[in-house]
Amino acid sequence: MNRPGPFPRFEDVLRSGMPIVTCEIASGDGADPQDIVRRARLVRDHVDAVNVPDNTAGVVHMSALAAAAILAREGIDPILHVTCRDRNRLALQSDLLGASALGIRNVLCLTGDHLIHGDQPNAKPVFDLDSMQLLGLAAALRRGRYLSGREIEPAPDLFPGATENPFAPPYDFRPLRLMKKAEAGARFIQTQITYNVARFAAFMERVRDLGLDKRVPILAGVAPLRSAPAGRFLRDRVPGMEVTDAVLRRMEQAGPERARSEEEGIRICVEIVEQLREVKGLAGFHLMPIRWEEAVAEIAARARLKPARLSLAAPVAAVARSETAADGGVPGLDGSALHRSREHRA
Amino acid sequence: MAVPSNLEPLRRFFRRHPRLTRSLELAVLPFEASSKKLAFGCKMCGQCILHETGMTCPMGCPKTLRNGPCGGVRMDGHCEVVPGMMCVWVKAERRSRWLPWRGAILRVQPALDWSLKGSSAWLNVMIGGRQKESP
Ligand code: SF4
Repeated sequence: MNRPGPFPRFEDVLRSGMPIVTCEIASGDGADPQDIVRRARLVRDHVDAVNVPDNTAGVVHMSALAAAAILAREGIDPILHVTCRDRNRLALQSDLLGASALGIRNVLCLTGDHLIHGDQPNAKPVFDLDSMQLLGLAAALRRGRYLSGREIEPAPDLFPGATENPFAPPYDFRPLRLMKKAEAGARFIQTQITYNVARFAAFMERVRDLGLDKRVPILAGVAPLRSAPAGRFLRDRVPGMEVTDAVLRRMEQAGPERARSEEEGIRICVEIVEQLREVKGLAGFHLMPIRWEEAVAEIAARARLKPARLSLAAPVAAVARSETAADGGVPGLDGSALHRSREHRA
Repeated sequence: MAVPSNLEPLRRFFRRHPRLTRSLELAVLPFEASSKKLAFGCKMCGQCILHETGMTCPMGCPKTLRNGPCGGVRMDGHCEVVPGMMCVWVKAERRSRWLPWRGAILRVQPALDWSLKGSSAWLNVMIGGRQKESP
């Protein structure tokens, strides 16, 4: 297997303050590792790290831990999703240790979708911990203690992250929940998919008021729609997802013909990225192509999204880039990301 | 739960007399269970945080979340799992605004001690850090 050189760790890339790109790929729906490798290869050159979901929507897939280990072997920095739905605190602790042993550092601590909407709704949901407590657990393991207080030698090397959904009620509480997560130990945040930019901007305004954008890097979730029915499905069947009427109308106007509707979906996604660039306090973007990894290259090219790790690998290029960013010529976010990097170092 | 320190002598007393405590619990339980169930839909987790969650029992959440709503709350504020039910956290957040100690909802709640389920939270507070004896 060709093994690319050591990649800069996601944590270091985040700390650089350069705009970040991450991407979620679909989990394997069979025992073939090549399926994951193929999806990962479609996105690897365009992103800093790749998210590996954990039985999304309560539907059984290949173990996220296994999939993340396959990615790590490919030289891709995985972000492992860990949910509280299927595992109690014992299993969570051993999985986090195992992840670290397999070279997986980034763990996204989630509550998890309820399995009632999944393919086996008659199973027993666990929810022994919630996402906040899972963050605390990851932080405790990192400090070298099990929940029981027993010492871990050596402690796992973990970089815990969390999610936030600005598009679900209670809207006023969402920024505070983000603050709670930062307090519980989240070191980066990825948000739910943005279609309602105005709501996202209002959320970020409150986040900035609380000074949270300086405390924890926030990546805005974006995703291309493939068709109008797909958009309606997200709106009606995925709780907590807001797809605006304006977006749906554009998808409908594009018509049922596949190439045209896909083109429109990508165009909308790119426009949303451009609009989000105006929002201050973002550290980058998180792409969720929903089983459409082929679109990532196109979106990255058109929205001028570049992984920050490339600039890290070549420090000289990084300086050149940030200089042009100051003239507004190159995709930077708004300089606040660069700002943050100084703070991090301070 | 924040407990005034003057409870300490009482705590010592309870710890020294486990059988008496157990009898007291048996006497208190039906009263606590029925009143809290009626008023708050209490699920008898044994570690009451009602006052920190806008007097709304978080154990009514199908995911038993004690630290805030999940990301699946529907646009109308209803629960992702039970569409007919208002999300307990939407209620909790709204009600907490009326409380003088509304900041309490921001406290990160530790993991639940499931061994205390079914025991009296009132007594647990008074005794402090109790483990329910195994059945
Ligand atoms: S919507 Fe509210 S009540 Fe339902 S599972 Fe999520 S947090 Fe719990």
